[in-house]
Amino acid sequence: MKVRVQNHWPPGHIRTPAYLRGKTGEIEREIGLFNNPEQNAYRLPPQQRRLVRVRFTMAEIWGDAAETPDDVIEAEIYAHWLEPA
Amino acid sequence: MPHDHHDHDHGALSPSGHPYRKDDDIVLSYWQMMEISVRELLIEKGHITAAQVHNQINTMDARSPANGAKVVARAWSDPEFKSALLTDAGQASRDMGFDIGPMHLIAVENTILVHNVVVCTLCSCYPRNLLGLPPDWYKSRAYRSRTVIEPRKVLSEFGVEIAQDVQVRVHDSTADMRYIVLPAQPKETMGLSADELAYWVTRDSMIGVGLPQAPK
Repeated sequence: MKVRVQNHWPPGHIRTPAYLRGKTGEIEREIGLFNNPEQNAYRLPPQQRRLVRVRFTMAEIWGDAAETPDDVIEAEIYAHWLEPA
Repeated sequence: MPHDHHDHDHGALSPSGHPYRKDDDIVLSYWQMMEISVRELLIEKGHITAAQVHNQINTMDARSPANGAKVVARAWSDPEFKSALLTDAGQASRDMGFDIGPMHLIAVENTILVHNVVVCTLCSCYPRNLLGLPPDWYKSRAYRSRTVIEPRKVLSEFGVEIAQDVQVRVHDSTADMRYIVLPAQPKETMGLSADELAYWVTRDSMIGVGLPQAPK
């Protein structure tokens, strides 16, 4: 399934790397439910969020500057950062 | 002789041929001060003891890449274990008897088509509870930023050249999972026992910046 990482820039403890925001990838696997670090980091009662591994191509992330376009990066992204692409 | 007189040359080398290291007479950082204060308060108020803190440090220091090497060697020599490891590496490591605490571990397999490498761009996430503390370079800004931009160049600086028909797969440990690379088993080691195989598994091969090596 194709997903896009939301291009949001909120303040706080965010575990969605800047270089992946706004990029489209493919869900590699579902990992399960985890405490949302955006609340956890501040000792607020954390909501449980789905965590998924998303696979991005180097071409998608770096465009023409990609070292090898077909190489990939996989990262864990919380589902509330993802939208259908 | 370095300690024979008081005004000896500080630029001189030690008997083992290394330069003397400067004493770390520096002011504590804000966070070092914070750690000491919180630790001393917790001890003073009776929540924990100094011995417990020290035991925890000893437990972490006792973890080493040798633990991961045993896991990899067993996966090479036991297909059922390998499949369990690729399904849930945390549970498979626990079932082998390793105390890895609550760590969630994923094993990623190198094949003739794929080479995996692990990085944490946000901080320094590393499977410490299995492999012990990460090497210093793993925490450097250079490794953390360059590995997602030019992984092949970074790997070549570690002495690993990846053929163009092999896909490089970079794993950025951004959240709750930790990663261990299951390197491809070298052809020369086919038929060796798990104990013998473990000597071939290097720390760097489990991060993905190295390959298994014949024991020296």
